[in-house]
Amino acid sequence: MSNVQLFRTGDTPLPDVIILAHKLTREYDMGSELVRALRGVSVQIQQNEYVAVMGPSGSGKSTLMNLIGCLDTPTSGEYWLNGQKVSELADDELARIRNKEIGFVFQTFNLLPRADALHNVELPLIYAGMPARSRRERAAHALERVGLGDRMDHKPNELSGGQRQRVAIARALVNEPSILLADEPTGNLDSTTSTEIMGVFAELHRQGQTVVMVTHEQDIAAHAARVITLRDGLVATDQARAA
Amino acid sequence: MPFFEAFRLAIQTLRAQKLKSGFSLLGVFVGVASLIAAWSIANGVDRYMTEKFAQTLFGVNTFQLRRRPMFTPNVPDSVWRAWARRPRIRFSDAEAINNGLTVPVVTAWQSSDQVTVTFGNKEARDIELTAASERYFDIKNLRIAIGRPFTGEENRSGVPVAVLGDAVAKRLFAERQPLGRNVRIGGVPYRVIGVVEHQGSLMGFPLDRFVVVPALSPAQNMVNPPGILDAFLVKARSDVEMREAMSQAEGIMRSRRHLRPKQDNNFVLDTSEGVQRFWAGISRILMIVMPGIIIVSLVIGGIVIMNIMLMAVAERTREIGLRKSLGARRRDVLRQFLAESTAIALVGAAFGIIAGIGLTVLIDKVSPLPASVSAKSVVLGVVLGAGVGILFGVYPASRAARLDPITALRQE
Repeated sequence: MSNVQLFRTGDTPLPDVIILAHKLTREYDMGSELVRALRGVSVQIQQNEYVAVMGPSGSGKSTLMNLIGCLDTPTSGEYWLNGQKVSELADDELARIRNKEIGFVFQTFNLLPRADALHNVELPLIYAGMPARSRRERAAHALERVGLGDRMDHKPNELSGGQRQRVAIARALVNEPSILLADEPTGNLDSTTSTEIMGVFAELHRQGQTVVMVTHEQDIAAHAARVITLRDGLVATDQARAA
Repeated sequence: MPFFEAFRLAIQTLRAQKLKSGFSLLGVFVGVASLIAAWSIANGVDRYMTEKFAQTLFGVNTFQLRRRPMFTPNVPDSVWRAWARRPRIRFSDAEAINNGLTVPVVTAWQSSDQVTVTFGNKEARDIELTAASERYFDIKNLRIAIGRPFTGEENRSGVPVAVLGDAVAKRLFAERQPLGRNVRIGGVPYRVIGVVEHQGSLMGFPLDRFVVVPALSPAQNMVNPPGILDAFLVKARSDVEMREAMSQAEGIMRSRRHLRPKQDNNFVLDTSEGVQRFWAGISRILMIVMPGIIIVSLVIGGIVIMNIMLMAVAERTREIGLRKSLGARRRDVLRQFLAESTAIALVGAAFGIIAGIGLTVLIDKVSPLPASVSAKSVVLGVVLGAGVGILFGVYPASRAARLDPITALRQE
């Protein structure tokens, strides 16, 4: 990318840099051996980028995903999200960042089976402390955005795979996060539905949403404008694609 | 997440898993139900003892001069033998006290024994025959249903008239009119002049199987040797005046019996206090044993809840991971699971309260034990229920709260 900041420890990221990872490492102490899942990853992602992270299993992409998603903290290095240095935050603060800044989309949807679509989408707003009425309005609006305005009272088992993933996307969007973070979002879907979901992502991206997607499928990664490939805990390639 | 939200969620979860929840709240249910039932019985008996039992046996503000206490539980043989050696209460003792008291009182003589009363070929066995003076009815608060009590004149001249207990009248006369008819007591004909109102029963003992006759009527020889009384009843207008009358009576009796200052009384001035003290002893034992039973069942209930909650945490690890990834803080997760265990315990307590009250009503209706629901026990039931839910929910909830979101999400 042309406008990448030359970031040094102690700097502050430029305002339009949403994600800034600087020499991130993550090591796991597995008792007998030390597993170095990330060995110094530096990545910058700007507002409204659509990035796919690829790599074989064991390359560290899940670890990077967890760090970007604030589910984990790095062993060393800096991680800035939307102008905030989150690499050293405590548990509860990370929870707040996850709630406000990140919209997760999982491979297995992770919807609450007993709750209807509306309640599933409401969840992040509950933890944000929003009052019930505005919560319901916001959740309904998010469901409409993904084309499920007429399925709000359906339970997950009354929805198709594609519809479930749409509910999950609505849930990810409802708090208007800085980034939409998708982990193999089409891993459990057939190819037609996958294309449909990729269409939803493309549309969100067109509306200005920053999207980061972890996948191991070439043709899914092809939907992104930029592909970062990891290998052995390091960035192997980082290239923009012709849209 | 506000607590209300957590609680609503908890109730939803409970309703979704009715059978499991049903089992898990059983312990608290039993604990609270037994708490309420046991407390209500103790409460009912307590009120009964203080209000009715004492009144029935003694009368309000009343003491009795007797050779030995009327109510004598757990008395060793040596004491019994000492009591048996005491001189008996004589007519003359009663006269002396009656004349000597300066406090306004109402007094009555009383001697009783079990007899058979007959009318024609009908007979009523094991009837308590009481030879008493005319104010006996006032002191014992025995209201006359039909007819009249005997008069002082009838008492002094020993007229053979009888006032029947309700059960005796029914047994001998059924639907017929008893007034003016002659019943036989110890072969002597007694004219029935009154029937006492239905008294019911006391702790299962019927209170209507009695006949009252004038103290100086021929039956006096059936109940005691000549000139001897079982008891001399003294009723004052207030507790204070009763105490005063008691101390005067004590002085009179001591001087009549020539007791030296260091010698103990060889008579008793018996009040309802003795009965109440005895009951207080029983209820103290109840109050020690009962909490034990309740605590045991509540602890079992709590452990069951803890187990169920640990299972729930294990089953819903993914859900916890998801909630955390969506921004739930530790305390949100903690609160959610605490609310759930509390809800289980409270629902158990609620059913327990309903069952406890039902049991109380049933006991009151069916058994001779009087029982009445105590409001305190209901409040305590709710508090204990919630307490058990919180106490035994803390461990599973904190396990849930401490789960690492990444591992939790990865769990199948």
